[in-house]
Amino acid sequence: MTAMLNVKDLRAYYGQVQALHGLSFSLNEGSLTTLLGANGAGKTTTLRAICNMVRSTGAIEFEGKPIGTRSTENVVRLGIAHVPQGRGTFTNMTVEENLQLGAISRPDKKAIGSDIERMYDHFPVLKQRYTQQAGTLSGGEQQMLAVARALMLRPRLMLLDEPSFGLAPLIVRDLFRILGKINREEKVTILVVEQNAQLALELADQAYVIETGRIVMSGNAKDIANNEDVRKSYLGY
Amino acid sequence: MSAAEEIVTEAPAVEAVPKRAMTLGYGTSLVVLAALIIIPLFVKNFIIFQMTMLLIYALAVMALNILTGGSGQFSLGQSAFYAVGAYTSAILMEHAGMNYALTLPIAGIVCFGFGFLFGQPALRLSGVYLALATFALATAMPQLLKLGYFEQWTGGVQGLVVTKPDAPFGLPLSQDMWLYYFTLAVSIAIYLASVNLLRSRSGRAFMAIRDNEIAASAMGVDVALYKTLAFGVSAGITGVAGGLGAIAVQFVAPDGYTIQLAISLFLGMVVGGVGWLPGSIVGSAFIIFVPNIAEGISKGLSGAVFGVLLFLVIFLVPHGARQVAIVAQQLAAKLKKN
Amino acid sequence: MELFANQVLAGIATGAIYACMALAVVMIYQAIDHLNFAQGEMAMFSTFVSWQLMQWGVPYWGAFVLTVAFSFAAGIVIERLLFKPLAKAPILTNVAGFIALYAIINSVAGLIWDFTIKQYPTPFGSSPFLGSQLISTHQAGMIGITLLMLLLLFFFFRFTRVGLAMRAAASLPESARLVGINTSWMIALGWGMASAIGSIAGMMIAPVVFLEPNMMLGVLIYGFAAAVLGGLSSPFGAVMGGFLVGIFENLVGTYIPGVGNELKLPIALALIIVVLVVKPAGLFGRAIVKRV
Repeated sequence: MTAMLNVKDLRAYYGQVQALHGLSFSLNEGSLTTLLGANGAGKTTTLRAICNMVRSTGAIEFEGKPIGTRSTENVVRLGIAHVPQGRGTFTNMTVEENLQLGAISRPDKKAIGSDIERMYDHFPVLKQRYTQQAGTLSGGEQQMLAVARALMLRPRLMLLDEPSFGLAPLIVRDLFRILGKINREEKVTILVVEQNAQLALELADQAYVIETGRIVMSGNAKDIANNEDVRKSYLGY
Repeated sequence: MSAAEEIVTEAPAVEAVPKRAMTLGYGTSLVVLAALIIIPLFVKNFIIFQMTMLLIYALAVMALNILTGGSGQFSLGQSAFYAVGAYTSAILMEHAGMNYALTLPIAGIVCFGFGFLFGQPALRLSGVYLALATFALATAMPQLLKLGYFEQWTGGVQGLVVTKPDAPFGLPLSQDMWLYYFTLAVSIAIYLASVNLLRSRSGRAFMAIRDNEIAASAMGVDVALYKTLAFGVSAGITGVAGGLGAIAVQFVAPDGYTIQLAISLFLGMVVGGVGWLPGSIVGSAFIIFVPNIAEGISKGLSGAVFGVLLFLVIFLVPHGARQVAIVAQQLAAKLKKN
Repeated sequence: MELFANQVLAGIATGAIYACMALAVVMIYQAIDHLNFAQGEMAMFSTFVSWQLMQWGVPYWGAFVLTVAFSFAAGIVIERLLFKPLAKAPILTNVAGFIALYAIINSVAGLIWDFTIKQYPTPFGSSPFLGSQLISTHQAGMIGITLLMLLLLFFFFRFTRVGLAMRAAASLPESARLVGINTSWMIALGWGMASAIGSIAGMMIAPVVFLEPNMMLGVLIYGFAAAVLGGLSSPFGAVMGGFLVGIFENLVGTYIPGVGNELKLPIALALIIVVLVVKPAGLFGRAIVKRV
C-alpha cells in the first residue's frame, strides 16, 4: 500500500498561539484512520491545516503533490472532502441543493443526478426530505446530509471532524456503520477525528493519538484499543 | 498642519501612545496650544478665518470620533446634527436677538436631544444598517430645512444671514480674530470635557460596548442607555460646532449641509485616526485644505482627490494620523539613541 | 375611489424606478453582506457611458448591451482592485471605501461630462400607455424590464450551478470553500452583476430624472428604502418593496395635505427607520438570527 496523504512536521498557529508542534503522520490509500485525543489536543486544527484553513508550516503531500500552499477550494478540488465540525450545513437551502453543492466543483455534470440517487440509497432519510430546508433537519439527519454532501464530490479522501458530536448513541452507530461501508465499497480513504475513542477504534484500522499538538502514539487500531495503559492514560475509558 | 506634524515628532518617546491611546501627553498638548494661540497674530484675516473653520470642523470630527472611536457606532449623518446646531444658533440670533455665545449651549442641548432621540431607533441597528439610517438622515436633512412649514424661521431655500459679532469690552481685536479666540476657547473646553468623559466611568462603558457589547451588558453596563448617550453627546458637540460654523460663515442655507459635509467629516475621522481625539485636528485640516488645493487645479476635482486619498489612507495607514504619529515617535526615539 | 386607483397606478409607475435600483442593492447585499453606498454613482456613470456611446452614433440597443457588458466588467475590476484587499477589514473600513468610491465616481463623471442636465432617450416612447394619462409607455417598459430582470435573476439563482454557488458563498463562505467554491470570485461576480443591474436601472431611470452626475442620490436612498422594506435577502421582495414605496409616496402626497415633492427624501428616511426598527428582515426577507 502506498501513502496517500503524507504530513511532515506540521505546525499551525492561531495568531501568536501555536496549536500544533511538528505533527507527522501518513494515511494509506483505502485506509480508515482515526485521530484521537482530548479537547484542545489539536485534532480539529490538524484537519483544518490539511485544507489550509489555518496558518501552518510543514509539508503536506496528497498523492505525491505538495498541497500546503493551495487555497482551501483548490485542496478540495483535488478530491479531499472535509466534513467540518458543526457540519457546515447550508441551512437555508433544500436538502437536494445541499447535495448539488457538494458536487459543484466537479466537471462531470451528467453523473450528478445518479450520484444524488446513490446518496438517497445510503441515507434513505434524506430522500424523504429532499425538498425540505436543510435547517429543519434533526442533528443526526444534518450529519448524514453533511457526509452525503462530502461524498458528492466523489472524493479520494474524506476528512470528518467529530461526526458523533451531539448525536444520540444509536444514530452514531448507524453513521459509523455507513462510514465503514463507504470506505469498503466506494474505496474512499477516511480520516476521522473523534473524542469517542471506543467507537472510533472499533471502526478504524489505523489510529493516531495526539496530545497538545504532538503525536504520542500510533499503530493498528486493534492494538491500541487492546493496550490497557494507552487506554487509561490517553483515551480515558 | 505643519505645526501639528512638528509637535508630533517632538513628543517624548517614552510616553507610549497605546497607554493613553485617545489623548496626547501634557507637553505635546501645551505646544499645540501655544501654536494655536500665537499663529493668528501673524497671519492675514482670511487665514484666521480658515483657522477658525479648522477648529470648528475639528470639533465636529472629534464628535464623530467619540461616537465611533468611543462607542463603536458609526454615523454618516453628522451633517444633519451640524445643520440643526447651525440653524438653532442662527434662528436664535436673528429672530430672538439672542447673544451669539448664549446660542451655543442651546444649540448643543437641542442637538443632544435630537441625537438622543435618533439614537433610540438607531439602538436596534448595527453596522451597515446604522450607516444606512444615518446616510438617509443626512440626505434628507436639506429637504427638511427647506420645508414650507418652517420657512418663516429658516428662510427656506434662501437661508438666513447671521451677523458677525464684534469683540466685547472694547478689546482691540478684529471680528475674525475675536471669533477665532472665542472658538479656540470653546474648542479647548469641549476637548478637555471629552477627554475627561472618555476617562470617566461613562467613557469606560462606551469602550466596553465598542469592544464587546454582550460582555459589556453582562458586566452590568446599561448598553441601551450608553449607546444613545454616545449619540447624544456626539450630536451635541456637533451642534455646538454647527452653531460656531454659522457664526463664522455668517450664513446658513439648506444646501450647505448636504451629504458631502457628512462625508467630509467621516473622512476627517478616518484620516485623523479612529479613536484618537487629537487626530481630529489633522483630519479637519485635511478636509479643509485638500479640497481647496484640488479645486485650484481643476473644478470638480476635489471629490476625486478626496476619494483617492481616502483609499490611500485605508490601504497604507489604516489607523490614520495616529499611526503616522507613532511611527514618527519611534523614529525620533531612534535618532535620539544614535 | 377612482382617485385612489389612479394614484396607486401612478405609484407603481414611479415605484418601477425604485424597484430597479433596489434589485441592484439586493444583489450586492447578497454577494458581500454590505450596502454599497457608491451603487447609485456606479449606475450613473454607466448611464453616462451609454449616453456617450449614443452620442458617437451607436444605436440605443447597441449602446445598452455594450454598457451592460462594460458595467459588469467594471464592477469586477473595482472589486478586484479596491475591495478584495479589504475583505477582512472591519466594516468601518469598508464603508470608508464605499464613500471614497462614491466621491471619486461622482467627481470624475462631473469632470468628463460636466454637471449640466442632459436629455436621455427612451426606447419605449413617452406617449400614454393604453390611453392612461398616469402611466407612460416608458414607465410601462421600465416595469416590464424590471420584472424581466427579476425573472432572470430567479432562474439564475434557482437553476444554475453558478447561481447556487453564489448563494452558498454568500450564506456560509467557509462551507462553500469546503465544497470547492472559490468564494472570492463569487464576490467579484456579485459586484459585476450588481453593477450590470445598476446600469440597466440607470438607463431606465435617466429618461425620467434626466442625466446628470447627482441624478442617483435620491433614487439610491429610495432604492435602499425599497430593498429594506422588501427584505434585503430577497430580490422579489426588493421589487415589491419598490412598487410599495412608490405607491406609498403617491398616496401620502395625495391624501396628506402639505406633503409635496419636497418631502420625498424625508419620507424615504422615515420609512427606512421604521422598517429597520419594526421589522428588520423586511416584508419578504428571511430573518437572520445572530448567535451570541
